[in-house]
Amino acid sequence: MSLDDVYREVVMDHYQNPRHHGHLEHPTLTVGLHNPSCGDELHLDVLVDEDGIVRDAAFEGQGCSISMAAASMFIDRVRGKKLEEARRIAESFKDLLRRREADRSLLGDLEALEGVSRFPARVKCATLVMNAFEQAIDRIEEGGDHK
Amino acid sequence: MNPVALRSEFPLLRRYENGKRLCYVDSAATSQKPQVVLDAVRRYYVEDNANVHRGVYDLAARATQDYEDARAEVAGLVHAEPEEIVFTRGTTESLNLLALSYGGQALGPGTNVVTSPAEHHSNLLPWQQVALRRGAELRFVELDEAGQVTPDAVAAVVDGGTRVVALAHVSNVMGTVTDVGAIAAIAHRAGAILAVDGAQSVPHMPMDVRQLGIDFLAFSGHKMCGPTGIGALYGRRELLAGMSPVYYGGEMIEEVTLTSATFKEAPWRFEGGTPNIAGAVGMGAAARFLQEVGLSEIHRHETELANAAADGLRRIEGVTVYGPEGHRESGVVTFNIDGVHAHDVATALDQHGVCVRAGHHCCQPLMRRLGAASTARASFYLYNDAEDVRQLLAAVQATKEFFRRVAG
Ligand SMILES: Cc1ncc(COP(=O)(O)O)c(C=O)c1O
Repeated sequence: MSLDDVYREVVMDHYQNPRHHGHLEHPTLTVGLHNPSCGDELHLDVLVDEDGIVRDAAFEGQGCSISMAAASMFIDRVRGKKLEEARRIAESFKDLLRRREADRSLLGDLEALEGVSRFPARVKCATLVMNAFEQAIDRIEEGGDHK
Repeated sequence: MNPVALRSEFPLLRRYENGKRLCYVDSAATSQKPQVVLDAVRRYYVEDNANVHRGVYDLAARATQDYEDARAEVAGLVHAEPEEIVFTRGTTESLNLLALSYGGQALGPGTNVVTSPAEHHSNLLPWQQVALRRGAELRFVELDEAGQVTPDAVAAVVDGGTRVVALAHVSNVMGTVTDVGAIAAIAHRAGAILAVDGAQSVPHMPMDVRQLGIDFLAFSGHKMCGPTGIGALYGRRELLAGMSPVYYGGEMIEEVTLTSATFKEAPWRFEGGTPNIAGAVGMGAAARFLQEVGLSEIHRHETELANAAADGLRRIEGVTVYGPEGHRESGVVTFNIDGVHAHDVATALDQHGVCVRAGHHCCQPLMRRLGAASTARASFYLYNDAEDVRQLLAAVQATKEFFRRVAG
């Protein structure tokens, strides 16, 4: 295990050049998550249409390279996907980090974060965006409100 | 003092992490434990274990004696009387106990508590919450340029309504030392008491509550080479005597009827239930150990290492060091590698066997002020040596280069 396994080129690229950074004009829902143990902060805007497709998402926050890169990569991956599929992506990514059998075909760039699983103290950095996303879509589905 | 010999008294420091000599520079979070403390805890369980203040048999008398001897050792460390030391679970519980009991009685509408924006959450929240409940005001001292609490700034906000001034002696973020002696005089002139969070000072420097005029002092066993789960609240005798208990139950009572009760004297009335006897024994052994090494010596040694580390870090291009430009008065050095988040720094340093803290250090308001959401913090103690400084500096240099490389 070495640092190079975590701080891969793609990871640092997403950290330094985050995709989908900022805010959406008309999000269906916004979730703010705060990781009190380390001070990381993440705001996630999600836009879901009537057909349950994630039309767009954007994030803003403060955090380490892993949490910020994961947010950028994750949004890249779920845009245009149906909610169920987006959930499966989130689940597979969590499986990867917990070193369980994961459906890698769903993960795209996110697979580059596999090395984080070797650093247990940092797994929560990588999953921050997933937790925000799951909260957002839970609430959207509960509300049934896709305005 | 011979730091190399001292290091060998701490079994855990013989370990290797990631194949590297362990460079443990996170003692502000918790300290390592010397063999004498481990032995004292073990000896207590093997030879004297029984409940305290209860049994008639000799074994119980020995357990009680061990517990009360530990109280005397801890009292000696801060130049208090044994009856002025309440055993708690740590600084956090000490400050909560104080805020609930003393604060609950002394605060109300028209009164205020003076504290600072640089406090650890455990010296902010108990006062914030009791003030809210009692309708009292919480006032904040203005920090100076260096993030320090000065006596003048305290004098500027204290008035006739002030009942409590609550401040840390040494900041766990910046390592700055507050002049609590001068502040005690200001508080007393206004008719207020001074409560000091000594979590980062008692383990590291000589402490004399009488000489400084401190009314209450909270500290933790685990930060002073003792076990976790034990700490103390020093309270001036007359003040403790006037305070109501917070926890009710066994051990702390004199006489109980179904509808009323009377309570033991301080400090026992604050120690409801079976206490952490083994923890107290360990903390007592730690207090003795620190005094044998000498607190002036410890303070001189660790500030020397912190100053060397701060100088070395400043010389690494692309590293920002927080806190005083000049001489440091404590073993704490806070820094960042520019463009690299502190968590990434800490993960990378760990690969070199270096343990530092990264984050907001339980002090979000101060961090906002510094404009750094997160910093890395190295904190030195009696078992660190010049090799630890070298290892830290080399690891920071390598970490900086690593991130330069991967971040193109
Ligand atoms: C200044 C300060 N106050 C209070 C505390 C809380 O101590 P404990 O967690 O032992 O209760 C700490 C520990 O980090 C501290 O550094």
